Amino acid sequence: MEAFLHQIFSGLAAGGIYASVALALVMIYTATHHINFAQGEMAMFATFIGWALIEWGGLNFWVAFLLTIVIAFCGGFAIERIVLRPLHDKPVLSIIIAFIGLLVIFNALAGWIFGFTIKAFPSPFPTSPPFGNRFLNWHEIGTVGITVVVLLLLFAFFRLTPLGLAMRAAAFNPESARLVGIRVGLMLALGWGLAAAIGSVAGMLVAHVVYLDPNMMAGILLYGFASALLGGIDNPGGAVVGGFIVGVAENVLGAYVIGTELKLSVALVLIIGVLLVKPAGLFGRRIVTRV
Amino acid sequence: MQLGSRFGVAAVAAAALALAAPALAQKKYDTGASDKEIVFGHTNPYSGPASAYGTIGRALEAYFKKVNEEQGGVNGRKLRMITYDDGYSPPKTVEMVRRLIEQDEVLFLFNTLGTPPNSAIHKYMNAKKVPQLFVATGATKWNDPKGHPWTMGWQPNYQIEGQIYAKYTLKEKPNAKIGILYQNDDYGKDYLKGFKDGLGAAGQKLIVKELSYEVTDPTVDSQIIELKGAGADVFFNITTPKFAAQAIRKAYDIGWKPLHFLNNVSASVGSVLVPAGLEKSVDIISTQYFKDPTDPQWANDPAYKAWSDWMDKYYPNGDKKDASNVYGYNVAMGLIQVLKQCGDELTRENIMKQAASLKNFDLPMLLPGIKVNTSPTDFAPIDQEQLIKFDGKMWVRFGEVLGGSGS
Repeated sequence: MEAFLHQIFSGLAAGGIYASVALALVMIYTATHHINFAQGEMAMFATFIGWALIEWGGLNFWVAFLLTIVIAFCGGFAIERIVLRPLHDKPVLSIIIAFIGLLVIFNALAGWIFGFTIKAFPSPFPTSPPFGNRFLNWHEIGTVGITVVVLLLLFAFFRLTPLGLAMRAAAFNPESARLVGIRVGLMLALGWGLAAAIGSVAGMLVAHVVYLDPNMMAGILLYGFASALLGGIDNPGGAVVGGFIVGVAENVLGAYVIGTELKLSVALVLIIGVLLVKPAGLFGRRIVTRV
Repeated sequence: MQLGSRFGVAAVAAAALALAAPALAQKKYDTGASDKEIVFGHTNPYSGPASAYGTIGRALEAYFKKVNEEQGGVNGRKLRMITYDDGYSPPKTVEMVRRLIEQDEVLFLFNTLGTPPNSAIHKYMNAKKVPQLFVATGATKWNDPKGHPWTMGWQPNYQIEGQIYAKYTLKEKPNAKIGILYQNDDYGKDYLKGFKDGLGAAGQKLIVKELSYEVTDPTVDSQIIELKGAGADVFFNITTPKFAAQAIRKAYDIGWKPLHFLNNVSASVGSVLVPAGLEKSVDIISTQYFKDPTDPQWANDPAYKAWSDWMDKYYPNGDKKDASNVYGYNVAMGLIQVLKQCGDELTRENIMKQAASLKNFDLPMLLPGIKVNTSPTDFAPIDQEQLIKFDGKMWVRFGEVLGGSGS
């Protein structure tokens, strides 16, 4: 029983990680209607910047944390302007190739600058077991907490602010949005910036758990995809719930049903299953496009 | 009588050959060797998932640069290593190796890295009869002088190491409940086999749980919880550095304190135990065969200083905490010895012959008591290891040097 509870809580902790990555994917999808394959590597690179600020710059964790988010936002903004804007009216395939190119570039760049040995990333949370239990530690609770806060902020931003509305409009129907005076190009770049910023938050939370190295996000991104698809690729709340479901399911199935060898297959089966059976995901809206 | 005279003729011919031999042996080259230089090939994952090992290739280049600059090469010939990135992808290794042999015309391959890449070129190299020398992998299959006379390993293989832990367990904890976590590939399974062989049929009953993980898994936390849940009090941790650090930390955090064997692959203080937390790594047992550059006990060791000076001068942007740079230094020195022994007879056959006749060869950055030994029937140059235990600051050696041809 104790082991079972342990698996559940450890699954929730992992779910928090997948949820934050899924959030970034949803963000960029909501803003641009693309799935960014380089999302994980961008988050990893931002995390390295955070690490450098703390280790080399000697900054306090939270200062470095906020600074990294700002840098990541600017980086994402710049990438959209420099790399993706010229591809604006090109076929989807060229954009995907650009994403894959970005993935390779960030991965190699991180290795070149920071090296490949794993690095311990500090956690801002206390190390003592919270409330005297050993099932969850403060970092895991903090990860879940921050993910939920980010989710609420995003929700408020998209639902309650004019800028959020403008961004949704720009992604959903660029022509009409432009006609009512929304600067669609700027909105896309902002969307990229926001997604990069959320990714950097996810990266900095993940890095303490899985250790920081250039290949840190490779496995996680796949689970992030599964979570986002399960919850609905256009629904931030769904993505977070999806993350927790994937985390717990992966742990419990791995430990008691299918064995550890097939854990990754759970994510792949989920992706394919969702796409086949319910492409909109559990909480996503079905979108009907007039052609 | 007839038999006798034939023997006589043969003897005369042999004597004539023997007399002529020095003149012939003076200079004999295969492709890739000349009066001026020796050209050989190398592949390494400078990019991709295993790119952490890329530093070995750079360390090799840095060492040959030192030999070329300070000693003018070996026996008056400069060393030129052509190195290609294979990204740890076997099909790419095949492509690069064909290019090295058929286009660049190298004399031999040296220290090609990784079990899957080397497996992919194993047959080709032996069919082409080009030496595949001192491969950078701990798999056991490279020690096969009869079946694959053109391939030779270098470091102690995983099975020897697994056996060392098994014997230690049987001796110190005969009623152990053993839990195992291994990477689900050739490397993990090789260790597992050695460990089980060492336990023997009766000993294998002591295993209560055997779990695997994939390199793509984000964490191994779930497996550690399961091993603890199974009641294991001995833990054989067959993981690569990132997962090793995760496993050590998780075991400590959930209050599991087994007799913990950590495979040598992840026995680096700087790149595994420091990230995991030194206080969480106390009492872990592992094996070593060369000096860990982050271990303070070598700080004043002349061999360490020489290594450190070489790093400063020839590989200044290399990481001095990374044990791979000691690995590269050692194996490069091993090659220099082989080439020295070859003299002016730089043929592929002679290279294998000389590589197979290293006797008690001493490398300064190997642990005291560990020597390089090969013979025509022993293609495992280093086959001894030393048990070590972590005391919270550094690895402390205990017991005798184990393994080797004696066991």
